[in-house]
Amino acid sequence: MRFQLTSDQLALRAAMRELLARRFGGAVLRAAVDDPRLDRALWRELGAAGFFALRVPEADGGVGLGLPEAVLVFEEAGRVLLPGPLVATHLAAGTVPGAASGEAVVADVDGGGLVEWLDAADVVRGDAAGAVALTSVDPLTPVHRVPGARARAVDPVAVLLTAAEQLGTATRACELAVQHARTREQFGQPIGAFQAVKHLCAQMLVRAETARAAVYAAAVTADPVDIAAARLLADEAAERGARDCLQVHGGMGFTWECEVHLHLKRAWVRSRRGGGGAESEELLAVDLLA
Amino acid sequence: MDLAYTPEEEEFRARLREWLAKALPALPPKPSPRDWPGRRAYDLGWQRMLYDAGYAHVHWDASPTTRLIFLEETETAGAPYVGAGFVGLLHAGPTIAAEGTPGQRERWLPPILRGEEVWCQGFSEPDAGSDLAALRTRARRDGDDYVVTGSKIWTSHAEVADWCELLVRTDPAAPKHRGITWLAMPMSAPGVEVRPLRTLAGSTEFAEVFLDEVRVPVANRVGAENDGWRVTMVTLSFERGTAFVGEVVACRRVLRSVAAAARDDGRWDDAVLRRRLGRLNAEFRALWRLTQWNVSEAEASGGGVPGVGGSVFKLRYSHARQELYDVAADVLGAGSLDLEQPWVLDRLSSLSYTIAAGTSQIQRNIVAERVLGLPKGR
Ligand SMILES: Cc1cc2nc3c(=O)[nH]c(=O)nc-3n(C[C@H](O)[C@H](O)[C@H](O)COP(=O)(O)OP(=O)(O)OC[C@H]3O[C@@H](n4cnc5c(N)ncnc54)[C@H](O)[C@@H]3O)c2cc1C
Repeated sequence: MRFQLTSDQLALRAAMRELLARRFGGAVLRAAVDDPRLDRALWRELGAAGFFALRVPEADGGVGLGLPEAVLVFEEAGRVLLPGPLVATHLAAGTVPGAASGEAVVADVDGGGLVEWLDAADVVRGDAAGAVALTSVDPLTPVHRVPGARARAVDPVAVLLTAAEQLGTATRACELAVQHARTREQFGQPIGAFQAVKHLCAQMLVRAETARAAVYAAAVTADPVDIAAARLLADEAAERGARDCLQVHGGMGFTWECEVHLHLKRAWVRSRRGGGGAESEELLAVDLLA
Repeated sequence: MDLAYTPEEEEFRARLREWLAKALPALPPKPSPRDWPGRRAYDLGWQRMLYDAGYAHVHWDASPTTRLIFLEETETAGAPYVGAGFVGLLHAGPTIAAEGTPGQRERWLPPILRGEEVWCQGFSEPDAGSDLAALRTRARRDGDDYVVTGSKIWTSHAEVADWCELLVRTDPAAPKHRGITWLAMPMSAPGVEVRPLRTLAGSTEFAEVFLDEVRVPVANRVGAENDGWRVTMVTLSFERGTAFVGEVVACRRVLRSVAAAARDDGRWDDAVLRRRLGRLNAEFRALWRLTQWNVSEAEASGGGVPGVGGSVFKLRYSHARQELYDVAADVLGAGSLDLEQPWVLDRLSSLSYTIAAGTSQIQRNIVAERVLGLPKGR
């Protein structure tokens, strides 16, 4: 059993982290918040780096890797709040022309009737007739809702990749909280020396690491029950992690300037995607009787 | 990232499974949970069977993965858990193996492996629990002996133990972490008095131990004089390491029975209850994966002393276990007030999981300071 990352996987993750730091660093994120358009050049760069074609077989012009690798790159995307219909386009690679290379932007009508980035998409999969734009809570994710859309089963891979993005947020929120807790001083010492703050941070790590084990294992087994478990824990780790991170930042955490709200809002958007919450819980409950 | 076992590991699993299928029916009937002498005999008998079959060493010499397989298979087959052998096998033994002299290893390890001697842990004191280094039990050197006076508390299995891993203060003038020494004390020595304490579950699972001028040979010291804190950290990391693997497997089985009970009495139709059960399924699956993750990391780093991953695990697990028995109580309804019902005693004993072996608050401090690098408070 070699559950830890292989050297190839570590290299892939490092390369993705490097690309994202270079192309979607803090300043770019800020600019994107003020002008939320899909960056086509970045999309193509992701395509060239194999982000979308990662699981497409080499014989079909893809990278030929598997779910574990996909999970790692989606975790990195989640960490930096990379915008765009990443999961939908990744899933379309190999079937929708241009998706694999990042030439085409693909949006999906999600199992719950939501569509992210509808207006920016070249191809929309599913019936988006009558879609109504919402004033999205996440400034970086335009969302439409399709009235009357009936909830339908969601591709487990989409559920897992969403969990991977949530894991990225959970990890990043913990890092941001710890950085702040080490440097911000009150009562003559770093706030991280106060146990109330320390324990918030410790719980963030415990949730993130438990979610990590579940997400990585689900990527290895590709079992729908494992995936449901991973999604539940990752949603929880991301949402609660972002909230706790906000709390650790105090008043600053409540400002538009501070990055924290973006993580929380994105975590909320992802949590609403199909296959989370009650759906996962029901699936896992039924599994107990199997 | 790979969850597959090697052919050798799978072979180990298959052989163990085969042996368990033959060995378990030969076991004597389980003693009542409150009969400690009976439990001692039963647990040691099981250890002897493991020894004769060549499995006694598995906690010490086997690779972390092999150990994981051992704990998974024995629990799945319904074999006895280490029980009274816990301290000897899971922390005193490994500590002596790592820190003891060849003579000490020769004296203490074989009887632990053969299921002949039971150890207990004399760390906590009435005024030194979470702040373990505040311990006050004194040991004064007199010729070839230490003369020990003081008292210990919450000493599990003390009633039936032969040996105690004992922490004493040998230099009262030194800073509190410096003047501590780790001793192996025979429980039969004159001056040792054990007074059982009754737990909230009604059992005498632990005791107070009073020490009045107890003579312990200097030869029983593990590690150097006043270097006991370092040795203790080795002991505690074993205690928090993979000690809970079998229990996670057991919890998953309990959860399935709780779900089945809910289905049988119609409570399954309650969506709130059903969803809580589903969430617990996610929780225990993840805890199992976290165990595999920790084991795989330990294996990659060459085994040895387990790392702080144990604290992360213990924190999440101890709370999940309590939640499991709370949900079980909701499935039982009024039956949850009846000590004769299944799960009710387990619910009571699960309350100790967030306290024993370092409270959740102390574990959070450890995670925050040693993993996240946050500053120590004043
Ligand atoms: C079933 C059981 C078996 C045990 N078996 C053994 C054994 O075999 N051998 C042995 O030596 N010990 C044993 N113990 C003792 C156990 O290790 C201690 O109970 C534990 O470390 C807590 O110490 P305490 O009981 O003195 O509580 P205290 O340290 O007094 O703690 C009381 C409360 O204060 C909190 N607290 C204390 N310090 C801090 C802090 N710095 N920050 C935040 N909160 C804090 C604790 O979290 C707890 O909630 C056992 C305990 C139990 C329950």
